[in-house]
Amino acid sequence: MSLENFLILGAILFAIGLYGALSKRNAIAVLMSIELMFNAVNITAVALSRYVVPASLLGDAASITDQAARTLLTGQIFSIFIITVAAAEIALGVAIVIALYRSRETVFVTDATQLKN
Amino acid sequence: MSDWLEIAAWLVFLLPLASFVLIVAFIRPFFIQYADVAGRITIGAIAIAFALALVLFVEVVNNGGRQIGWTGHEWLAVGEFDLSLGIFMDGLTAIMLVVVTGVSLLVQVYSTGYMKDDPGYARYFAYMSFFTASMVGLVVASNVIQLFVFWELVGLSSYLLIGFWYHKPSAAAAAKKAFLVTRLGDFGFLLAIFYLYFNGATFSAAGLNALDIPDIHDAMNMGIIAPGVAMWIALGLFAGAVGKSGQFPLHTWLPDAMEGPTPVSSLIHAATMVAAGVFLVARFFPVFEASEIALNTVAIIGGITAVLAATMGLVMNDVKRVLAYSTVSQLGYMMLALGVGAPGGGIFHLFTHAFFKCLLFMGAGSVSHATGGTFDMRYMGGLRPHMRWTYITFLIGSLSLAGIFPLAGFWSKDEILAFAFGGDGTVSLVVFLLAVIAVFMTAFYMFRALFMVFEGEYKGGADADPDAESHGPSDHPHESPHSMIGPMGVLAVLAVVAGLLASPIIDLGPIPKHWLVHDFLHSDGADFNILIAAGSTVLALAGILLAYLMYLSKQISAERVGSAFRPLYILFSRKFYFDELYEEVVTVRLFYRVVARALDWADRSIVDGAVRLVDQFSRNVGRGIAQAQTGQVQGYGMAVSVGVLAILGAYLLFK
Repeated sequence: MSLENFLILGAILFAIGLYGALSKRNAIAVLMSIELMFNAVNITAVALSRYVVPASLLGDAASITDQAARTLLTGQIFSIFIITVAAAEIALGVAIVIALYRSRETVFVTDATQLKN
Repeated sequence: MSDWLEIAAWLVFLLPLASFVLIVAFIRPFFIQYADVAGRITIGAIAIAFALALVLFVEVVNNGGRQIGWTGHEWLAVGEFDLSLGIFMDGLTAIMLVVVTGVSLLVQVYSTGYMKDDPGYARYFAYMSFFTASMVGLVVASNVIQLFVFWELVGLSSYLLIGFWYHKPSAAAAAKKAFLVTRLGDFGFLLAIFYLYFNGATFSAAGLNALDIPDIHDAMNMGIIAPGVAMWIALGLFAGAVGKSGQFPLHTWLPDAMEGPTPVSSLIHAATMVAAGVFLVARFFPVFEASEIALNTVAIIGGITAVLAATMGLVMNDVKRVLAYSTVSQLGYMMLALGVGAPGGGIFHLFTHAFFKCLLFMGAGSVSHATGGTFDMRYMGGLRPHMRWTYITFLIGSLSLAGIFPLAGFWSKDEILAFAFGGDGTVSLVVFLLAVIAVFMTAFYMFRALFMVFEGEYKGGADADPDAESHGPSDHPHESPHSMIGPMGVLAVLAVVAGLLASPIIDLGPIPKHWLVHDFLHSDGADFNILIAAGSTVLALAGILLAYLMYLSKQISAERVGSAFRPLYILFSRKFYFDELYEEVVTVRLFYRVVARALDWADRSIVDGAVRLVDQFSRNVGRGIAQAQTGQVQGYGMAVSVGVLAILGAYLLFK
């Protein structure tokens, strides 16, 4: 498995998510699409973290120690952060959708246009 | 040796200032129930300042009236520009210091009686201290900028004091008028300072500083300043003096300044404020001397003022206004003296005039006090038996002002007349004649006032006067308290003997003849001319006699004279329509209707138009852009995505 495969997978997922977020009328579907985009980013981050070594550490094998290991883990830690933030975001997002439904009896994002002009 | 003297000179200025700060910062906010302490603090501070001024005066006398040199203290230096504060102590400063602090001291003592029970007692003394401090700061200044700062502070404090009873609309208006009219002249002063500054290169080429007064004197004496330049500087300075000293055509504020408390008028007219203009011209006399045009202007303006103001004094019914026009007229005398080249004579007259004019104003305050608060002479009369001391001192003041031998006013007036007569050229002759006319009128209006106030029947005082503002009991006129009579007595003595300092005839013991003018102020003085002295005395006596015939023995009916010269009478009593000219023609017709209207149009159409154009432009652009904001969040997302892709694509393409 090479890095490209992971990146292509991430790109495909991101494109699907973006398409969904921009085209779905239902707010729940939009939230799901956004979740898809988060995961695309996660895949990319983890893959890069696994395959790419920072240029500053190359050519000095002896120094790849504790410090280097931590540096290499950055992408993975990042994806965990993203998962956490996404969980919080989805909680907020669903709360907004419920509030929208209660006040306007709709879950279509195309109907929430109070801020136009 | 000279160190402690310089400290003393600074203290003369700082003590009244400290008194002002003390009253304003402590007594008024925290101890207002002890307001009478304010009067004592002021008197104490000014008394010490007066003592120090006397010490300085003696030192300057020992120095032969020449300048005691103290180097200035650097205040700020910006590049080439160097501004230093200092004290310029010469004969002129020394005598002004004595007059200012001495007269101010007596006025403060008088005020404790006159202002008793006024609700603004502490505020009054705070302002008075500030006024004195400003005037002292003005006369000791060694730098033009320093002088100008105190010049403006004098204007400010006179504004505060003229409008002291600010709840009276007339007082507020008079204060405003004084401030604005003098400001017109100050503009000329400011231009003169700028002009000096822009000629700085000429001065610094000779190692002098263009803003230092002693350096300006040196530059003039060395002749490095062209007469044309000197003329503009002198005329600018004179414009300031015209405003401050109430010279024609900016004299209109001074009679209105009578709205302030009487001791304030007394101080303004004797030692501070109006004396500042005369002092300014005398201080920069070398500049005036360098330009004949400037000198002639000063002389002519002074002569016109002397006569014009005296004519208005002839017909006023308000005793304070008679005195006010008298002051304007006498200031014209001083200017005239300066203009014909006799600064010594001018300052000598300022010196003697300070005493008798201060005395006369105190007398006016005293009779007003007695008659319940009116100043209208038509409702006075017959006060002589009730107010013996006031009558005697007022009589001495009037005689001195009229120039009767051997009182102080005689000597100083004679000095000026003799010098103007002895000068060559038509200007000297013209102003001499103007001065002679003024002598006659001065004697007439002073004795008209004296007879109307003190002789004949008592006509009811404030109760009879429909315009009197403050009503005290007026049915039994009474003598004023000792705190008011005391200073008047001192001034009466001075109004008699002050002229001996420059007696032109004989040496008086340690005082050689012409001492003040020749040996102290180092100015030219005229020799005593018995013809002029006798002539002016006869003229003054004729004026007194005419007043006697018209107002006391009634052999000439004042009414018939009035109706015979009806147009003149109306012209004089309407003050030559100067107020109408300034207020209706200049202010309303010219300024409001032409200048202000043009500016209003420019403001509305050009300034506002530009603002409206910007406003319309951004409003319309915004309206167009707002159409793109559809409220469809997904549309925005689409735009962002396409934009990011476009940027990325461009980046990859043109990398």
